[in-house]
Amino acid sequence: MRFAVVQFPGSNCDQDCVHALRVLGQEPRIVWHQETTIHSDEGVILPGGFSYGDYLRCGAIARFSPIMQAVKAAADRGQVVVGICNGFQILCEAGLLPGALTRNEGLHFRCETSYLRVENPASRFTSHYLTGQTLRLPIAHGEGCYRAEPDVLQALEANQQILFRYCDAEGRVTRQANPNGSSLNIAGIRNLRGNVLGMMPHPERACEAEMGGTDGRGILLGAAGIGRPI
Amino acid sequence: MKPKEFALSLGLTEEEYGRIEKGLGREPNENELGMFSVMWSEHCSYKNTRRELKKFPTTGPAVLVKAGEENAGVVDAGDGLALAFKIESHNHPSAVEPFQGAATGVGGILRDIFTMGARPVAFMDALRFGRPEAKGEAGKRTRSLIKGVVEGISHYGNCVGVPTVGGELVLDPAYEGNPLVNVFCLGTLRHDQIRRGAAKGVGNPVFYVGAKTGRDGLAGAAFASRDLTEESKADRPAVQVGDPFVGKLLFEACLELYARPDLVVGVQDMGAAGLTCSTCETASRGGSGIEIELDRVPQRETGMTPYETLLSESQERMLIIVHKGREKELKEIFSRWGLDAAEIGYVTDTGRVVVKQSGKVVADVPARLLADDAPVYEREAKVPAKLAERQKLDLRKILPAQPRLKEDLLKIANSPATGSRRWIWNQYDHMVGLRTVVRPGGDAAVLRIEKPGGGWVHVAMTLDGNGRWCAQDPREGSKALVAEACRNLACAGAVPLGLTDNLNYGNPHDPEIFWQLREGVEGMAEACRAFDLPVTGGNVSLYNQSPAGPIHPTPVVGVVGKVEEGVKLVPGVFGSGLGVALLLGKSESGGLGASLYLQEVHGQIAGKPAPADLESEKRLHRLMRSVLKESGIRAVHDVGEGGILWALAEMTFGPESAGAEVDLPLGSKERVEEALFGEGGGRILLEVDEAAVTAIEHLAKEAGVGCRTIGRTGGNVLRVKCGGEDVSWEVRELRGMFEESLPRALES
Repeated sequence: MRFAVVQFPGSNCDQDCVHALRVLGQEPRIVWHQETTIHSDEGVILPGGFSYGDYLRCGAIARFSPIMQAVKAAADRGQVVVGICNGFQILCEAGLLPGALTRNEGLHFRCETSYLRVENPASRFTSHYLTGQTLRLPIAHGEGCYRAEPDVLQALEANQQILFRYCDAEGRVTRQANPNGSSLNIAGIRNLRGNVLGMMPHPERACEAEMGGTDGRGILLGAAGIGRPI
Repeated sequence: MKPKEFALSLGLTEEEYGRIEKGLGREPNENELGMFSVMWSEHCSYKNTRRELKKFPTTGPAVLVKAGEENAGVVDAGDGLALAFKIESHNHPSAVEPFQGAATGVGGILRDIFTMGARPVAFMDALRFGRPEAKGEAGKRTRSLIKGVVEGISHYGNCVGVPTVGGELVLDPAYEGNPLVNVFCLGTLRHDQIRRGAAKGVGNPVFYVGAKTGRDGLAGAAFASRDLTEESKADRPAVQVGDPFVGKLLFEACLELYARPDLVVGVQDMGAAGLTCSTCETASRGGSGIEIELDRVPQRETGMTPYETLLSESQERMLIIVHKGREKELKEIFSRWGLDAAEIGYVTDTGRVVVKQSGKVVADVPARLLADDAPVYEREAKVPAKLAERQKLDLRKILPAQPRLKEDLLKIANSPATGSRRWIWNQYDHMVGLRTVVRPGGDAAVLRIEKPGGGWVHVAMTLDGNGRWCAQDPREGSKALVAEACRNLACAGAVPLGLTDNLNYGNPHDPEIFWQLREGVEGMAEACRAFDLPVTGGNVSLYNQSPAGPIHPTPVVGVVGKVEEGVKLVPGVFGSGLGVALLLGKSESGGLGASLYLQEVHGQIAGKPAPADLESEKRLHRLMRSVLKESGIRAVHDVGEGGILWALAEMTFGPESAGAEVDLPLGSKERVEEALFGEGGGRILLEVDEAAVTAIEHLAKEAGVGCRTIGRTGGNVLRVKCGGEDVSWEVRELRGMFEESLPRALES
């Protein structure tokens, strides 16, 4: 499957996503925010950055971009859509995922390696992992505190839509291991249908040993529909 | 006001006014005087330091663009790859408005780099503040300055998507009234992508692109060329306001524009002195003239006078000259990025910058007079009266009869001056771009850069400065910090390619300050020659003083190097399992003069720093690079401030919290504190596999460098024996202090 990596003005992880996908043998294309077409055989990546300078609210303006109509239509058709960091914020603003991302609890931007517990390997995005496996993925955000109404959180849990939670190095999901104050330590969720993923950590930054680890490969490979090698 | 009075009120001298009048052949008007006041300020003209800066070696086989030629120097990194880098200060703006001051410092250096045609790929910052744990108002102010500056850098750097990969922070009361914010940026490009800031080709259109012009940052360059006083807060309007979002769009648009063949003639960013500086410098470099119409300048405020438009330092603006007939292509690119692009004038052959408003000439000045003919002063230099007294060091009066090593190291570990800088760099996106191979916190940052034909080059870089050394002996201190920077690169297996310097000093009209500057430049120049290291550009920041006095003389150097083929990068901290600890270099320290130990443990700055032995440093660095090609090297860290004991302690602060048991040499005339906390001496600590020791000893012998096995690594205790003393520290306890000291001080 081919990926369309959307470039908004202010995106800054678009080239990183393209690079990581190439490392994984994919041939992605960059799609400018004013374009209007996502092909029916394409997956979509909304990369990290500061689309539109994060003016108003993170992701609030990007959702009105011409390309977002096409992204929504693609998601409705069941095509894969992955939002990373700012991309996750855009997906929430656009209503493709529930909830919202707010200012980190500690108020500071945080760039560090986080540990994630894989909660549900029965999704295309996590099929490369085992339940409870601990991944090391970088985070880099100032507004990654996931918030939603109690009934939404309940539904996310009940429907196994929470794919990743922040944990410590030993895999324990604790308050101390939560870098931004997210409800239920949520780091990444999928939609009910299972084709849309939003996550704050950066899998594209963890695809090469030289960059500090390769734990992110499985997420991007899974998104591309490449299953786990037996 | 008469022109002359107005000139004096702008900070020009009578002599300078005379020079302007003579150059013009008539009385200058107010607009013209405004232009001269900024272009002839120290910030733009280096009128007080130009003679000194000529002492730097600036040439070498790797130099592609020399210091002073353009906005930044460019060096060759092999395989058709070039590196553009530069450091610049934003000290005064950050003192009065820390968030915006620091943010626009980042934006400014970013523009210097992409103006050269390079894609910016990394930032580093050298910061100086007072002590955050100080009592009362002083501490409160320092804490808010630190938080504001770090947030400003984080805000701008993160948003433009350029990682901040390293830097340094020094906390010393000498910077309480005048903090330093020096920002470094590195960019990469192919040799054939180097851009010049020259206006050529009569009739070629001159474009203004980027953000609109407002009244912010009016005459900021002149503001930066005065002492900070109680009234400086009134200069807040001289601080620019940055918009990193526009900064990001601007550099993407510019890089896209440059990629079009034969489109761009010249590029110049509008930084200090804005429109004035960019027009006169491009015209002067091109040996041409420029005529512009201010009515066409995009403005975000109404009723701006020519004076305001010419001197505004609004951020995120560039001046671009393109070939006639290609205007449409430029407009299309900038409109796609949502940016203004206005044709404000054209290149002429008159050698003059002619500025019109509504068709009427409001300034008409020879470009060269404005850009290059600023007066050059020979300032008086005098050895500071109290220097000899300050350089005296009587350890018997300072050190206790019985060493208190245990407490001494705990004091250092517990000080925010030495504590982990994680609190800072966690707020910087240091990974974006997928190039950061060695992250902040080590001796040098390492980036991988894609070669034009594929594959990677690894580039190491570091910032170093030491105001305490330079206050006690500006010449030796400056030599030593160049040596330290090169040693940091050697620890990453890199050969230095070029150096950029930021000279931060007090008021040059004070002969004692000027002496510090001259000594500093000469010391750095000597060290650069020894290391075959060209100075490729930099920045001078003078007038760094507040009513409390001048700052320590603080030259900061940024050195960029290329990691040698075959080098295996290793961490700066002990790994898991057992290893052997080796000491490369001299076995004796350089003593406690001007040391961190005396300041942090005994509250004194006294004595002279250890002089750098440049020849033995060179041998050490060469050895280090070849050692890193061997297998079995586990960790490497250079001995810097705090001496060998603090360096060992830092090596225990890894994820494994692994300790060491070492037996350290004591020189015949040394006190044990000197052996353990003494600085200088050109030393590097290694952790290696047992099996690697023989090979390293052999290499060291061949290189003529000392190599001594000092003990073993592993366990969870740091135990040190030296001169009959035998002291141990729990690594967890030391590490806890190291991690917590800075955040705790900032929260106090």
